[in-house]
Amino acid sequence: MVTDPILLQTAAELFPNGISRYAVGGLLVGLGTVLIYLGTGIPAGASTFLESTLSYVSDQPRFQQYVSSRDWRVVFTAGIVLGGAAFAATFQSGLVSSSLYQPGTTGQLYEVAGVTLWTTEVQPWRLFLGGILVGIGTRVGKGCTSGHGVCGVGSASKTSLVGVLTFLTVAIGTAQVVAALGVSP
Amino acid sequence: MSDRHPLFVPLIFVGGLIFGFGLGFSHMARPEVVLDFLQFEDLGLPFVMFGAAIVSGVAFALLPRIRDAAPLTGKPYERRLKPFDRNVLVGGAIFGVGWGLSGICPGAAYASLGVGNVTILWALAGMFLGAYLQGWWRSRTRTRDTAATGAD
Repeated sequence: MVTDPILLQTAAELFPNGISRYAVGGLLVGLGTVLIYLGTGIPAGASTFLESTLSYVSDQPRFQQYVSSRDWRVVFTAGIVLGGAAFAATFQSGLVSSSLYQPGTTGQLYEVAGVTLWTTEVQPWRLFLGGILVGIGTRVGKGCTSGHGVCGVGSASKTSLVGVLTFLTVAIGTAQVVAALGVSP
Repeated sequence: MSDRHPLFVPLIFVGGLIFGFGLGFSHMARPEVVLDFLQFEDLGLPFVMFGAAIVSGVAFALLPRIRDAAPLTGKPYERRLKPFDRNVLVGGAIFGVGWGLSGICPGAAYASLGVGNVTILWALAGMFLGAYLQGWWRSRTRTRDTAATGAD
């Protein structure tokens, strides 16, 4: 039976925030990707922005291959930032609510001009050091969670499936070790 | 740039908006939520990544059968296929350590700035520094992997 209380309890423990906000958010991420692909044929990833934007300020030959795409990648990234801001101004601020959206209890909320904003409690050194490794790793590994994880997996690309399995496994191991060392948040 | 369709840039922008809104809605813009997944405390994250992959997968499979080329660019509809080599494993592992340490990946970091997370600037600074370091290093050792494509 679907209403087995033990099953329900297990699900509640594994998904303390339900699954709808994750599934709906994922559908929207996919929809954004599809819209761009539909019009342009480009399966866009988010991490190439790092290298393509560096081509404005660096003459390293490695970055020059992205000169032709760097302008629209800035636009794509500006869209992502403003999409996050649109979310903050609506659901995060409580202006709009839905049974599909469950707010979280992580981090710190603060208000600016009536908009509820959110900031992380994860320590800056973790973000900075992690960021450096993310910057190196996504570029060496040919993609990130959107390039490999969304577009690559959506393309049933074996390279991307291997890439996702690699970074997912290593990330789980790393996070477990960091937590075991007592680093929090 | 000048010969681009006038709707090219607006479409990219709207696509980015929806993409970023989805990352906010799914709470992937919160490093804590990603770290909770990696520590098996909240298994919601795969619904985001694979939910998005299923939606894009349907489009990637169907569009090439419906049309030959994209209306705004004339670019043929192709799947995102990258050649496999050792870099995919090495880079994936380095990315994995960074993701597991910080709970942040590129797209989610941009959206995180949008939801007000100014502390994320540390991660963004780190990402640019990391991308620069690998570019500087690979520009010096440019004998291998010259087959990089511009599509992604």
